Amino acid sequence: MRSDRMAECLGTPADASVSGYLRINDRCTFVINYASLRMGIFAPTMMLVKSIQLRTGVMTMSPRFSRRDFAKFSLAASTAMLTGLKGASAATPKGEPIRIGVLHSLSGTMAISETTLKDAILMMVELQNRKGGVLGRPLEAVVVDPASNWPLFAEKARQLLAVDKVASVFGCWTSVSRKSVLPVFEELNGILFYPVQYEGQECSRNVFYTGAAPNQQAIPAVDYLLSADGGGAKRFALVGTDYVYPRTTNQILQNYLKGKGIADADIMVNYTPFGQSDWQTIVSQLKSFGSGGKKTAVVSTINGDANVPFYKELAAQGISATDIPVMAFSVGEEELAGMDTKPLVGQLAAWNYFESIDTPANKAFIKEWHDYTKNPKRTTNDPMEASYIGFNLWVQAVEKVGSTDHDKVIDAMVGLKQANLTGGTAQVLPNHHITKPVYIGEIQDDGQFNVVWQTPKEVPGMAWSPYVAETKNLIGDWTKPISCGNYDTVKKACLGAKHG
Amino acid sequence: MKTFLAAALLCLSFALPVTARADEDAFSGLTTTQFNVIATSVSQIAQEGGPRALPVLRALSDHKLFAAKEGDGLFIQTDSGWQDARTGAAATPDPEMVRPVRLNNHVRQAVAAAEAQLQLIAGTPAERQAAATLLYQRHDPAMLPAIDAALGKTDDASLKTMLQDARAATLLTPGAPPSDEQTQRQAVATLYAAGGLDARGVLTQATTSEALAPATRKDAQDAVASIDRSLRLWGFGQDAFYGLSLGSVLLLAAMGLAITFGVMGVINMAHGELMMIGAYTTWLTQRAVMSVAPSLGSFSLILAVPAAFLVCGALGILIERGLIRFLYGRPLETLLATWGLSLILQQVIRSLFGPTNVAVITPSWLSGSFHLGGLEITLNRLAIMIFAIAVMGGLMLVLRRTSLGLEMRAVTQNRRMAALMGIHTARVDALTFGLGSGIAGLAGVAVSQIDNVSPNLGQNYIIDSFLVVVFGGVGNLWGTLAAAMTLGVGGKALEPIVGAVSGKILILVLVILYIQRHPRGMFPLRGRGVES
Repeated sequence: MRSDRMAECLGTPADASVSGYLRINDRCTFVINYASLRMGIFAPTMMLVKSIQLRTGVMTMSPRFSRRDFAKFSLAASTAMLTGLKGASAATPKGEPIRIGVLHSLSGTMAISETTLKDAILMMVELQNRKGGVLGRPLEAVVVDPASNWPLFAEKARQLLAVDKVASVFGCWTSVSRKSVLPVFEELNGILFYPVQYEGQECSRNVFYTGAAPNQQAIPAVDYLLSADGGGAKRFALVGTDYVYPRTTNQILQNYLKGKGIADADIMVNYTPFGQSDWQTIVSQLKSFGSGGKKTAVVSTINGDANVPFYKELAAQGISATDIPVMAFSVGEEELAGMDTKPLVGQLAAWNYFESIDTPANKAFIKEWHDYTKNPKRTTNDPMEASYIGFNLWVQAVEKVGSTDHDKVIDAMVGLKQANLTGGTAQVLPNHHITKPVYIGEIQDDGQFNVVWQTPKEVPGMAWSPYVAETKNLIGDWTKPISCGNYDTVKKACLGAKHG
Repeated sequence: MKTFLAAALLCLSFALPVTARADEDAFSGLTTTQFNVIATSVSQIAQEGGPRALPVLRALSDHKLFAAKEGDGLFIQTDSGWQDARTGAAATPDPEMVRPVRLNNHVRQAVAAAEAQLQLIAGTPAERQAAATLLYQRHDPAMLPAIDAALGKTDDASLKTMLQDARAATLLTPGAPPSDEQTQRQAVATLYAAGGLDARGVLTQATTSEALAPATRKDAQDAVASIDRSLRLWGFGQDAFYGLSLGSVLLLAAMGLAITFGVMGVINMAHGELMMIGAYTTWLTQRAVMSVAPSLGSFSLILAVPAAFLVCGALGILIERGLIRFLYGRPLETLLATWGLSLILQQVIRSLFGPTNVAVITPSWLSGSFHLGGLEITLNRLAIMIFAIAVMGGLMLVLRRTSLGLEMRAVTQNRRMAALMGIHTARVDALTFGLGSGIAGLAGVAVSQIDNVSPNLGQNYIIDSFLVVVFGGVGNLWGTLAAAMTLGVGGKALEPIVGAVSGKILILVLVILYIQRHPRGMFPLRGRGVES
């Protein structure tokens, strides 16, 4: 969903056409058509290249324990030893290590975003081991590289669960990668912590969704635009990249806006291909749409890579945030790091975490992060906080039941609480989503966000959207007696499928 | 009871002056943390005018305005220290005890309007013009007195026109003081004459406004329809500009490939990565110039042009000597080897500069746009068009007018014959490949102004580049030009009609159909050389 929620199906279009992933999720037929058309001339050779690349493993390197990780662990071990010698209170973890899996792409198009999350989990493992591990045993991270290749995600997930016997897995970014591992987690009864905001409409017993559901990001963001503080917009342009997350989100938003009395004529929906780099026409369309005599706002679900040229074009055509504000769901601190933000001041983003939020916990986290990465400029972002929450919730659950047994941990998770980095508490709900505060930030000229609005209290995540006709009666509840991911509250029946 | 009363009185007597002060002092609102109070305060400051109004508002928009954490002290941070915002006198607040006054879009809007209001009277002619334009765009009824006052004072014709437009727009906005039908219709006529999107916005709103007379609304409707017609006509021109500018980007990306693939026949999958390296060279040049001579920062782009050409050219020669020369005549191996090379180059850049985008700054002389009739010409796109034409011209000159160009053509047409004539073909191969790579670097410089600069940059262009070269006719530069512009204009003409996604698909379908019929592209090379 954010940067690089990337090619839901395929990566950037060019990448798509170059790599041409062959197996594809059924939602993605449209894109593959486009890609194969694009491939027209080179398809046969490209596929040859791809298959050779897959066979020789050019992009797939998956050492369970890289040398760098080893260095980090020996460092952690020696620090632990040192503190032990000094007689510090934290006990050195002993015994058979508890393994946890890290399933984030370290190569390919998604590497840009997912590498950060891998580092964040490794940092937290190190910190946890310094604090005495879990159940007195050290944690060991098993890092695999699914290489931004969706089928490979399922393969690596199977490896983690069946071969490495990990206690839990932290991973995935794109919805398609999550959908690809879902059957594996359900078959082998694993635990996945998914740390990225997503389109909802899913509720699996084996997944904990620590990122935002649509009602924890999109709906509050639109509420803000409708409010007097946000400019009281009466006309909305929903602009997004053409894949499942923007399409689902925009469908929800369209229904929601209509419920708020916005006429059809005042809603414009526009989709662009992945990695769109020429925004001239669309920005000028937005401009003329904005001249309809009503305050206009843009809601952007544009995929990360295409955002830079989009904002550059907005600046070039002289649209400022005070004329037509753009509310983005996929632009975070990391995307802004690649942009000159002066022309963007005042443009909006909705997240559940901003690096700029000034709380002691957040400051401490940022400091740990800078120390760990040895880079004082490395930014933190929303999915990192979601990883942090997920990791700590899992530690709590394991400590609570005194075992890493998957069923016990899953049952113990519901109701657990973890303090957010930005204040407030995340509580695990029966539908395996969590409560989250929602913040609206305005881009500043230093590339950070200034929070201008926040929800008065945490918003509980909803797996199924009430604004979509087919799912408006559904809830997820994995506690007894319902124990169902898609329970119809009208028919009083579980629809049966294991997930959405 | 008595003591309670006394205490209450005492409280009141303290409270009174404070509230009175807050009422008196428009600046006090700035010390709160509520954005709507700050915005109201900003408008109030502008209404009152006064010598401190403009400096305080400027400080606010520059993030230089600080409020005391306790009390209603207000300070401006200057280069040399602090000054009291209300008086302008030097002050020495405890930096720990002040916090910046924050803005949001609501406040920013209020500040812009307030600044415009103040500058309308006190500013330089250029500032006044800008202020009038802003008031026209905002057409806030509260500004009507300010506009009237300024209208009474100015003799400048263009400022007067702008102010009259602003006045007309304001009068038609809901919430404006009621006016008679004559005035309203006059205002509609004025706006109709002004034309453009801003006028269209106001008039569209006026068509449904209850406050206006039916005849005015009818006028407004006609005006909107008429403006729409003219906008649609200009729209064709605008689409043509967008198309040419997209075509220029394609041309730049494809031109290097037209040399390496078109002339030499090397399928260079690492072409996009050479562009990417060109873009990173731009970034590095910019950083170097910024650190050595910050004042020249905005011209670093000009310096980046030769730098990128040389870096990528040298890299190209290296690739040719180290890799490609062993693979001549084996297209599949070349393709695989250069594909591998492209992955290696990406990873090298990723390791060196990180996976995230780097920020290439657009210099001020390339930012923004200007109007040409109803056309909006963005400067960065215009610059890329000119740059593309210049590079094309330069390349033509090299190929047609230099001995290197002659040797290149000789070698590619008949290698053995050229060698027999004493041409050092290996050297020519290396230089040709270097030239193509250098041009890819130049494309990278241009692309850095409109797109992401990340290790993935090249992948976004490689397929399009091949498409252009094949469509245009392999080995023909004019064909490349024609193909790039056809694809650009065609794409941009389709986009408003069928949308970006379907537009791209449609273009590709058309190109494939065309190539089915004309496998050698639009401008195939003819003659005996081709047959072999």
